[in-house]
Amino acid sequence: MALRRTKPLPAVALAGALGLTLSLAACGGGESGNEPTAGGGASASAGGGDDKCAAYAKYGDLKGKTVSLFTSIVTPEDKPQIDSYKPFEECTGATIKYEGDKSFETQVLVRARAGNPPDIAIVPQPGLLQQLVSTGKVVEAPADVAANVDKFWGEDWKGYGTVGGTFYAAPLGANFKSLVWYSPSEFEEKGYEIPKTLDELTALSDKIAADGGKKPWCAGIASGEATGWPITDWMEDMMLRLSGPEEYDKWVKHEIPFNSPGPVAALDQVGAILKNDKYVNGGLGPVKSIASTTFQDGGLPILEGTCSLHRQASFYAANWPEGTTVAEDGDVFAFYLPGKDEATKPALGGGEFIAAFNNRPEVVAFQDYLSTDTWANNKAKATPLGGWISANKGLDAANLVSPIDKLAVSILQDPQAVFRFDGSDQMPAAVGSNSFWKQATAWITGQDTKTSLDKIEASWPK
Amino acid sequence: MSTAEKFLQMGLAILLFVAVVAVVLLVAGRFKGRNGDRAVALAFLLPTALALGVGLVYPALRTIYFSFFDAQGQSFAGFDNYQQIFTDSDQLTVLRNTVLWVVITPFLATGIGLLYAILVDRAKFEKAAKALIFLPMAISFVGASIIWKFVYEYRPDQGSIKQIGLLNQLWTMVGGTPQQWLLNEPWNNLFLIIVMIWIQAGFAMTILSAAIKAIPDDITEAARLDGVGPIGMFRYITVPSIRPALVVVLTTIGIATLKVFDIVRTMTGGQFNTSVVANEFYSQTFSADNQGLGAALAVLLFVLVLPIVFYNIRQLRASEGR
Repeated sequence: MALRRTKPLPAVALAGALGLTLSLAACGGGESGNEPTAGGGASASAGGGDDKCAAYAKYGDLKGKTVSLFTSIVTPEDKPQIDSYKPFEECTGATIKYEGDKSFETQVLVRARAGNPPDIAIVPQPGLLQQLVSTGKVVEAPADVAANVDKFWGEDWKGYGTVGGTFYAAPLGANFKSLVWYSPSEFEEKGYEIPKTLDELTALSDKIAADGGKKPWCAGIASGEATGWPITDWMEDMMLRLSGPEEYDKWVKHEIPFNSPGPVAALDQVGAILKNDKYVNGGLGPVKSIASTTFQDGGLPILEGTCSLHRQASFYAANWPEGTTVAEDGDVFAFYLPGKDEATKPALGGGEFIAAFNNRPEVVAFQDYLSTDTWANNKAKATPLGGWISANKGLDAANLVSPIDKLAVSILQDPQAVFRFDGSDQMPAAVGSNSFWKQATAWITGQDTKTSLDKIEASWPK
Repeated sequence: MSTAEKFLQMGLAILLFVAVVAVVLLVAGRFKGRNGDRAVALAFLLPTALALGVGLVYPALRTIYFSFFDAQGQSFAGFDNYQQIFTDSDQLTVLRNTVLWVVITPFLATGIGLLYAILVDRAKFEKAAKALIFLPMAISFVGASIIWKFVYEYRPDQGSIKQIGLLNQLWTMVGGTPQQWLLNEPWNNLFLIIVMIWIQAGFAMTILSAAIKAIPDDITEAARLDGVGPIGMFRYITVPSIRPALVVVLTTIGIATLKVFDIVRTMTGGQFNTSVVANEFYSQTFSADNQGLGAALAVLLFVLVLPIVFYNIRQLRASEGR
């Protein structure tokens, strides 16, 4: 415990000027369709003759070298990831061995402790990164990667990848969490307005409940071992709205107790919606059904018209069934979960980081590639359906096509917006990936707010 | 590692195994005479003892050692972890659930298996009936859990939404409102235990059926001539005759139940107050990053299994001595 305590959590810097850019990927088909086994490309790039491979020339010829990569990104989101590595593989001749695992969070720790880590891991939580660093197996980021991060990312993002003053992990992708999904056609038909404050959101919920006799909100928190996590996002959003970013930072760093008035008010505000029998669970059952509905299914009743509102991050775009149009005039879209008043715009988000366990030249080269604007643009091209954003400033914003990604970026770039990284992802594992989830689940199935928060406070590592 | 490399590694491992066995046999063969017997025994036992030491004794001692340390395994924590298991309300729920499992599962599974074995004994359709109840044994715990998760599946009582879970469909047909079987405490534990019984009853039935068939005909005939009825037959002839088999079945299921992990993990993940010691050990060690408490739970599990194992060995000796 002593070890853990001396490691300060990453400073959550202000990110009003977060240069979040995005891109779309209209038709990257032509380029990514090339054969990955283009051995000729490698020699050509080494000779510097091929224009397409010019950006990769500095990595040299890595033919026959393999980099293993371990991640929690699985089907269907893995395809854009794998496709975005292809230009690197083609030009350098290296092979990226991609391994996705749903229980990545526990397995990567087991592998690191057992001395069998991958070359590179895509770590979705700063808290997990700290645990990995404490195993002593993570290697410091190479100077080139640090330089890239200084160039393309804001200081706050570099902070999330830093443990104990040493910079380890470059940011990769990002997502935006303060969104409420709805049906644009239903809103138009019934004359509902998109709410601009929390009070208006409550008024809208009441109106929908009174109008159709249906329950306006739907939610699902079941997610295997991680059951309960959507409620942590809810609570973080409300914490930012009711107590403000400064108290939010203190809460995340445990400078105020987990069961102090601020967090209690935030969870009660969540309860005013999620534990309200008049509001939930549209199309899914009573309040308790939130606990047994998977988070993937949580918003689907919107399509059936049995539910109107569902709060979930931008990545939920990938969960709608094939053929669903995600746009302002489509089947479903999302609006910004409003602040307490129109003047404040807290924005909650998350992201992934690249941790390396090895500094062989090919691993360093691949790490470098992932931290460049070249990769960010390749990833954008490899993601034709959208649902991916990055805080990399080198990303060409002009390419933006997916409406939901555009919306996320427009909110993040709003000068009023105050960005904060997902709080539970930064807390120690005993809280962030255990007691917070467990108590949130117990809370939704009937436990009161005070007991739940008292138990989380008690579980914080001393 | 490519597939070819994996096969190469496997081939090397097999070769190594053959070489070790060859060396052991060669060494053992060189000893002759009266004292030679001991040396031969030693030569055969040594590799096994070595493997057991490395693979079982050392990890066990290390786990016990770690259970006295804090979450990170850095500083000595005394009996704090054990104290937490017996005082923390969540951990007490885990213990309560484990007791529920151990008290209910072995007796119910054995009871059902015994009843079934007696009922189908020498019946016309005996083989088919036995195969039917034995089938779940062939299904993995995770597979069985997924099957039963569908049985317990819940859909709300709203509009035209139809039930897709068998249990809720039957329940609504007799006029009930759909229930979230895996959520409602404390009954959800029983719905998990049913899965274990479903799997283990077949095992109990097979062993007990074989034991019943081994009862000598002259005993049953003599009892019948003395005018013993079916219930008396069961009470005074069948049960005492198959007592050793009963003990083996009860203790085997008891140990399997103490270690139950897959069912809880797959069906509820330990949520809704359904966690048991083995599951809690996993989530504390790997999810919560609390090695100390995880190790303490593992030691507790070991201590709980010990009396059953001792009892089993004593029974085995007693029946051999007879």
